Amino acid sequence: MEFLLAIITGLLYAAGLYMMLRRSLVKLIIGLIIISNGANLLIFLLGRITKGHPPIIPGDSKIFTEIYADPVPQALILTAIVISFGLQSFAIILIKRAYQVVKTDDLDEMNTIEEDYK
Amino acid sequence: MLIAILTGFLFAILLFFGGKKLVNHKFALLPTLIPLGLFIYFVRFIGEVSNKEFIHKTYEWIPSLGVNLSFTLDGLSLLFSLLITGIGTLVFAYTSGYLKGHEYLDRFYGYLSIFMGAMLGLVLSDNLISLFVFWELTSISSFFLIGFNNTSEASRKSALTALGITGIGGLLLLGGGLVLGNISGTYSITEMLAQKDLIQGHEHYILAACLIFGAAFTKSAQFPFHFWLPGAMKAPTPVSTYLHSATMVKAGVYLLFRMSPLMGSTSFWNNTLLIVGLITMVYSAFHSIFRTDMKGILAYTTISALGILVFLIGLGTHESYLAAAVFIIVHALYKATFFMMTGVVDHQTKTRNVTELSGLRKVMLPVAIAGLLAAISNAGIPPSVGFIGKDLIYEGTFHFKHSAILLTVLAILTNVFISYAGYVAGIKPFIGKLPEKFEKVKFPSFFLWFPPVLLGTLGFVFGLFPVLIEKSLVKPILWSIGEEAAEVHLKLWHGITPILGLSLLTMASGIILYFVLKPSAKKETFITKFEALSPKSILENFNRGFNKFSLLWTRIFQNGYLRNYVSVIILFLIALMGYTLIDGTTYKIDYASFARLTVYEVVILTILILAIGLIVFAKSRLAAVVATGIMGYSICLLFVFYSAPDLAMTQFAIDTLTVILFVLVLYKLPKYLKLSDYKMRIRDGILSIAFGGLISILALEVLAQPVNSDISDFYAKNSYLLAHGKNVVNVILVDFRGADTMVEISVLAISAIGVFGLLKLRLKSVERYQK
Repeated sequence: MEFLLAIITGLLYAAGLYMMLRRSLVKLIIGLIIISNGANLLIFLLGRITKGHPPIIPGDSKIFTEIYADPVPQALILTAIVISFGLQSFAIILIKRAYQVVKTDDLDEMNTIEEDYK
Repeated sequence: MLIAILTGFLFAILLFFGGKKLVNHKFALLPTLIPLGLFIYFVRFIGEVSNKEFIHKTYEWIPSLGVNLSFTLDGLSLLFSLLITGIGTLVFAYTSGYLKGHEYLDRFYGYLSIFMGAMLGLVLSDNLISLFVFWELTSISSFFLIGFNNTSEASRKSALTALGITGIGGLLLLGGGLVLGNISGTYSITEMLAQKDLIQGHEHYILAACLIFGAAFTKSAQFPFHFWLPGAMKAPTPVSTYLHSATMVKAGVYLLFRMSPLMGSTSFWNNTLLIVGLITMVYSAFHSIFRTDMKGILAYTTISALGILVFLIGLGTHESYLAAAVFIIVHALYKATFFMMTGVVDHQTKTRNVTELSGLRKVMLPVAIAGLLAAISNAGIPPSVGFIGKDLIYEGTFHFKHSAILLTVLAILTNVFISYAGYVAGIKPFIGKLPEKFEKVKFPSFFLWFPPVLLGTLGFVFGLFPVLIEKSLVKPILWSIGEEAAEVHLKLWHGITPILGLSLLTMASGIILYFVLKPSAKKETFITKFEALSPKSILENFNRGFNKFSLLWTRIFQNGYLRNYVSVIILFLIALMGYTLIDGTTYKIDYASFARLTVYEVVILTILILAIGLIVFAKSRLAAVVATGIMGYSICLLFVFYSAPDLAMTQFAIDTLTVILFVLVLYKLPKYLKLSDYKMRIRDGILSIAFGGLISILALEVLAQPVNSDISDFYAKNSYLLAHGKNVVNVILVDFRGADTMVEISVLAISAIGVFGLLKLRLKSVERYQK
C-alpha cells in the first residue's frame, strides 16, 4: 500500500505543479490546493501508515497497550490543513477582487512590468 | 610621527568646515605651509638617518590581530618622505597659481592633503596591514583628483579606470600581506626579515610573491596594467606632477624595494621583475615618441622610467640597487619639472600639442629655462644629476652576469627614446618662430614659473655636488635594504671608461633622432591603429562583453514571469536530486502487500486518480472545482482508513468550505481559458511528471529507512499521565504545542478578516471602469 500511496503523492505533486505553471490565475490556485494536499499526504506517508489503530488511548488504560498510529505527523498535518485553508480562502477572494479591477485572469497580462516600459 | 601623518587628514577635515575662506586669495598660500612644515620636520631626521640610526615608533591599534601603527624611518622612507613633502610644497604653491579662483579649490587642497597624509603613511608603515590601508587611501584620493573636472566624461571614466586597476592591486596587496603574515606569524616587515629563510622556503612563497607583484605592477603602471596612467593625465597638472610622476606611482617601486631584502634574491622574484620591467621600459619609451600631447609624452616616459626602476630592482645587484636609488631622485626632479612646465604652457596657451607650439621662450623665458634644464637632466647630459643616474644604470646592466650586452642595448634604446621625448616636450615648444596666435600670451605668475625652475636647478646642483645626496640619502637607502654602502661615491667624472662611451652614444643618438624625427599627428594616428591589440582595449571589450552577458543572463532568469522562475527552480531541484539518485535506489517493492489490499482502498485510489485527471484536463471551472472537492474527500477517506480520525474530520470540514467558497465566487470568476499553446503544455507536462516522479522516489527512499519514534513515544506515553487526555493528536495540539496552535488560530483569524474585508469592499467607480 505504501508503494501506491507514494505514487499517488507524486501524482498530486505533478498535477499541482502543472496547474501552477498555467497562465490562468484560477488554475494557479487550484494547483496550490493540489500541491498542499500532496504535501499532507507525503508527511502522512513518511510517518508510516497503520491500519485501524488511531492514536487514542483505550478508555480503561493510561498508556497504549498495543500498536498505534504515529500522532506527530497527524498533528502536523492538522495544522497544515487549517493554515492552507486560510491561504486558499484568501487567495480565492483575492482572485475575484483582482479580476474585478484588472478584468483579466491572464498572469502575463497582469504583469505590470511590460506596461511600465510602454 | 603619527601626528605628521595625520596632519594631512586633519587639514582636509578643517577645509571641510571652513574651506572656502581658508584658501581664497588672501590666504592662497596658507595650505602650502602644511607640506612645508612637514618637509622641515623630515629634514631634521637626515642627520640621524645618515648615521645609520633608524627610527622606530609603534602605536597600538588592533593588537589582538597583530595590526599596529608601527612606523619606521630609514633611508628609503626618508627619501620618499622628503619627495612627498618637498615636491608637495612646490605643488601646493603651484596650485595656488594654477587653479587660482577655481570654485572647488578648497576641495582640491583637501584631496591633495589627504593624499599626502596617506602617502606618508604608506612609506613610513612597517606593518603590512596599515601599509595596505594607506595604500588604498592613496588610490581613493587619486580617484577624486583624477576626476576633479567632474563635468568631463573622459575625466570620470579615467578616474574609474585608475581606481579599478589600482583598487585590484590594493586587494592583491592585502592578500599578499595576509599570506606573509600567515607564514611568519607577524605583520611587521622588520620582524619578517628575521624569518627570511622560512618565508622563501615556504610552499606559498610563489603565491605571496605573485600577490605583491600584482600590487606593485598595478600601482606603478607596469605592462600590461600601464594604461591607467596615460588616462590619469586628465587630472589637473598639479595632480599629474605630484601623484603620477613623483610620488604615488612610485609606491609600487617602493614596495618592491622594501620587500627585496625579504623576498628577493630568488630567481622567480628577480626574473619576473627583470622581464616585466624590461618590457615596460622599452614598450612605453617606444610609444612616447609617437605622441603629440605633451602630457601624453610625459606619461609614457614616466611609465618607461618606472619600468627602468623595476628592471633595476630585478637585476638585484649592488650596482643596480644603487642605480635605482639615485634614479628615483633624478627622475622625481626632472619629471616634476617637466610636468609643471607643461602645466604652465597649457595654462597660458590653452594647448599642449607640440606640433602647434613653438617660440614660447619669447613670452615665458623662465619656463623655457625650466624645460631646458629638465630636458638636459632627462637626456643624461653632464653636469646634470641625470648624467650620474644614467651612468649608474649602464654600470648595472653592463656588469650584470648574464646577457649583459642585450640588457645594455635595450637600456640604451630606451634612454634614446626617452631623451628624444624629453627634447620634444621640454625644448621644442620654446624654440623657433613664435606663431601669431601666441604673441599675446601673458607672462605666467610667480608661483607658476618658480617651482619648475627651482626643481630644474636642483637637478644641476645635485649633479655638480653629488656629495649632497650621497651621504644624506643614497647610502641610507642602501642600508635600509641591507646593502653595504661604504664604497659608494657619486661623481660626475669617472675617467674614460666603456660606460662613458655608452653615455656619449646615447646623447648623440638622442640628438640625431630629434633632428630626424618630427612629431606629427600622422604618426600618432599610425600608432593608434594598434590600439585594438593593447591591454586597454582588451579590458574595455571584456567589460562590454561582460555587460552584454549580464543583460542576457538577467533577461533569461529574471524575466518577470513567475512560472519561469518556478520552472527553473524545479528543474534545478530535479537535476540536483536526480544526480544523487543515479547510484540507484534501495527501496524494494513488497509484492505480498498488494494481496492485502482491500476493495475499498482500491476504489478510493481509483477515484482519486480520476479526480486528479479531471482537474488537469477539465474544460470548465465548475468541473475543476468539483474535481478538487472529490480529491479532497478521497484523501479524507484515506485518513479514515489509516487511523487518523482527527485529520479526516478536519479535511472534510475544510474541503467543504473551500468548495463552497469557490462556488460562491465562481460566477464572478473569469472564463476558464486555455491560454498556453500545445508545445508549452507538453514542456510543462514533462517537467511536472519528472517532478512528481522525483517526489515518489524520494518518498519510497525515505520509507526504506528505519523510523525514529522517540518523539512519538514520548507523547504517547505522557499524553494521559501529564496532560490527562486520551486523544494524543488532540493533546499535542492543545496542550503540548498549545502556543503554536494559538498562533495558528491568529493566522486564520487574520485571513478571515482579509476575506471579509475583500468581500465587503466595493469597487470605486474609477477602478471599475479603468479597463
